[in-house]
Amino acid sequence: MKVRCFGRLRDTVGDLGDVDVPPSVTDSDAFRAWLGKDYPDLLDASVRMALDDQIIIGCHPLGAVREISFLPPMSGG
Amino acid sequence: MIALALEAIDPGGLLANFMRGAGEAGAIVSFSGIVRPDDGVSELWIDHHEPLTLRAILAVGEEATARFGLTAITIAHRVGSVGPGEPIVFVAAAASHRRAAFDAVDHVMDQLKTAVPLWKRETRGYDKQWIEARPEDHDDAARWEVKR
Repeated sequence: MKVRCFGRLRDTVGDLGDVDVPPSVTDSDAFRAWLGKDYPDLLDASVRMALDDQIIIGCHPLGAVREISFLPPMSGG
Repeated sequence: MIALALEAIDPGGLLANFMRGAGEAGAIVSFSGIVRPDDGVSELWIDHHEPLTLRAILAVGEEATARFGLTAITIAHRVGSVGPGEPIVFVAAAASHRRAAFDAVDHVMDQLKTAVPLWKRETRGYDKQWIEARPEDHDDAARWEVKR
């Protein structure tokens, strides 16, 4: 699974690239909890997730997802 | 026209092009956001998500067009490294009447501040700091929520 981090997470988590996901991790909540053990900043409730370029609300199955992005609060303009 | 720009944007040129293509509009409003040159910031670096950011800006433009009855809209946002005094964003809206055009530009800017995958990092001297939307930015964006 490819993992991408943006904004402040680039500094605190960095570029994780491809990670091997344990078979027991089958949905987005479980993925965040699993990766959050090593990178607690990912557990921040203000950080949103995108699965294959689709921002999600709530928990979604990973299924055939190939890429997960972590998106901290946004600040354009 | 919706664009993410890796190079400098030219608000004057964008506005001239927009006005040429605005057709029968009775009102055109534009906004240019500039990196303030007066508070010690030497660089603003703007992070974005390919392809989520462009898709989100497109959605913001479509929503504004439908909501305010626009005849045309342009949104151009810089990504990458932007220096003091340089434009970071340009928005223009054309409508039959001024209120719709003013509101549309205001609305688009509030959405860009809070809901589009863009992240700004300021450099002051050796200090680099990520900026996140302020509470007042979210209050501004909440003004546009439709009461049900």
